[in-house]
Amino acid sequence: MTIKTEEFLLNLGPQHPSTHGVFRIILTLDGETVVKAVPVPGYLHRGIEKLAESRTYTQVIPYTDRLDYLAGMLMNWGYVYAVEKLMNVEVPERAEYIRVIVGELARIASHLVATGAYAADIGGLTGFIYTFRDREDIMDLLEMISGARLTPSYMRIGGVAADIPDGFIEKCRRFIDYLPDAIEEYNGLITGNEIFQARTKNVAVLSAEKAIDMSLSGPVLRASGVNYDLRKARPYSVYDRFEFEVPLGTKGDCFDRYYVRLLEMEQSAKIIRQALDQLPEGPIKGKVPKVIKPPKGEAYAEIESSKGIMGTYVVSDGSTNPYRVHFRRPSFVNLGYLDEMLKGWKIADVIAILGSIDIVLGEVDA
Amino acid sequence: MENLFVNMASGMRSLLASAGLPDAATNFVLMFLKLGAILVYILISALWLVYMERKVSAYMQCRIGPNRVGPLGLLQTTADIGKLISKEFIIPRCADKKLFLLGPILIFMPPLAVFAVAPFGKDMVAIDMNIGVYYFLAVASLSTVIVWMAGWASNNKYSLIGGMRVVAQMVSYEMPLILSIVGVIILTGTLNMSEIIRAQEDVWFIFLQPLGFLIYLIAGVAETNRAPFDLVEGESEIICGPFTEYSGMGFAMFFLAEYANVVLVSVMAVTLFFGGWHAPLGLTFIPSWIWFLLKVYGMIFLFMWFRWTYPRIRVDQLMEFGWKVLVPLSIANIFVTGIGKYLYQTIRW
Repeated sequence: MTIKTEEFLLNLGPQHPSTHGVFRIILTLDGETVVKAVPVPGYLHRGIEKLAESRTYTQVIPYTDRLDYLAGMLMNWGYVYAVEKLMNVEVPERAEYIRVIVGELARIASHLVATGAYAADIGGLTGFIYTFRDREDIMDLLEMISGARLTPSYMRIGGVAADIPDGFIEKCRRFIDYLPDAIEEYNGLITGNEIFQARTKNVAVLSAEKAIDMSLSGPVLRASGVNYDLRKARPYSVYDRFEFEVPLGTKGDCFDRYYVRLLEMEQSAKIIRQALDQLPEGPIKGKVPKVIKPPKGEAYAEIESSKGIMGTYVVSDGSTNPYRVHFRRPSFVNLGYLDEMLKGWKIADVIAILGSIDIVLGEVDA
Repeated sequence: MENLFVNMASGMRSLLASAGLPDAATNFVLMFLKLGAILVYILISALWLVYMERKVSAYMQCRIGPNRVGPLGLLQTTADIGKLISKEFIIPRCADKKLFLLGPILIFMPPLAVFAVAPFGKDMVAIDMNIGVYYFLAVASLSTVIVWMAGWASNNKYSLIGGMRVVAQMVSYEMPLILSIVGVIILTGTLNMSEIIRAQEDVWFIFLQPLGFLIYLIAGVAETNRAPFDLVEGESEIICGPFTEYSGMGFAMFFLAEYANVVLVSVMAVTLFFGGWHAPLGLTFIPSWIWFLLKVYGMIFLFMWFRWTYPRIRVDQLMEFGWKVLVPLSIANIFVTGIGKYLYQTIRW
């Protein structure tokens, strides 16, 4: 008697504990091994780009919070930066510094979620709680400055909404001083764990060429050893005034993608410390008319968000509402190579690989 | 205190005898009472362990854990079970109804059966079987079939994958588990649990069989499906494995059975390697059964510590580790133990 074996379909998601939201992957499995993977995004599509067309330029800002809701500050920034470029608005120095501070705080918060969620994906729930404990400090800081934890809507076209409140700088410094200890703790609990390393090292190796070809960006690209960080390569805002390094991976496996984020947190802390030291006095908002009516034309601006290059394309027809807004969402673009990366790995690796790309569904589906 | 339970049993026996029951009937009634007591112990222990797990995990994760229901939150699990009982037990339309229902009923059978030979204290064994260790290994492995059955009967792909993982994992880790115990059996020359404990009066076997204990510990964690070997449930991968489709009390039964299994593996570890109910350092004023329980819960704490620290190993790594590391090591352990015993017996070295 011959035993017949056959492949079977496994529908992973949209409701699954580890797809970081409502992401769906249709897996064709041979036992536990993935033969084919078809990612199906779109379950969180809210039509933000279309909604933006019927709102004024300022009213679009709260929508950008809902893109990458783990780093809402950076999403705000990407959008206002494009509109400022379109209107040729000069942003005051103090506002730029505040933007850098809150932006880097948001980057650390986002990476903390990525690190903790990745530990949970691999099976160690405790790591998750530890990073969220420290993220809480950042949430408090962002709440102090903007009034909201996740959806700050803090940036305005031409500046920021409010000046730094009393006590913020001291609290921020305290957090920055504490962060290295926390990272040390993660290294002990997560990074250094033998099982964690066995699960992530040499898994889904992504070559530098392929990463560039697929237009990947952010930590996913840098983990493959490509030195491309917009803050360094094409400095925007005041990033050219800070000293920091761009952490790079060597292999481009899941471990590198995870570890680059940890290193980036340290660099972000370094940037924040310098920004706090250099913080100039002055206005927090540039000369912007009450009613924002950019001249006819279009602008495209890119910033380095926590997930990669966040691009915003704004077209103006001269009215108070944007004619078209488009976001280049790094999470979505980074997913482009997922189907190939998953091939040949086990079900458990599917989760590990997806987690290492660090997606946020709000951004993937917009 | 020392003979609290033993005296209770003999008091009951004389009471029944004085009531004019024949000897056979007295034995029969006593047997039921003993097994009933064990049943009550396991269930209370499972309830307590759920609470303990939540508290231990909470303190490891900088939280406080349950503290609202009852004093210190002690009634939390009771409330949880009450909630689970009142919930609907959903049977999926395409599930094999009979097998699906049998799963949660049978899952408690193997741990209950094995506890009959567990020596809880001096002279506190329900049935002092002369093949106790063998009985433990044989009956404990039955739960594999039940979990597999539950996974298959659910007719859910995640459950099926979980069920297959159970079989693969249990078969691979039963081998080193059994082989690690062989070292102890060589030393004592008996399969009787009480005899094994008596042999450890002077020195616990963890000092004579450190490698054996290590292998037993690893394989034991794998046997109970707990992290880092919790592939069967593997929440972040296959939702809840074979238990995905179970709701209400059906789920609770699997949940509680997991804890019963943890107690079981710990009881065996204490019996085989930690001197059972023997008091360490001559602290005999504490009753033997309290010592035994202390050691058991110490072991369980170790299991919980693993669970809340380690991530999950991958299925192929699990197999590789089991067959390529643990099995050869345990065979080497048997070899060394055999030579050691031979040298000890022949040249009194």
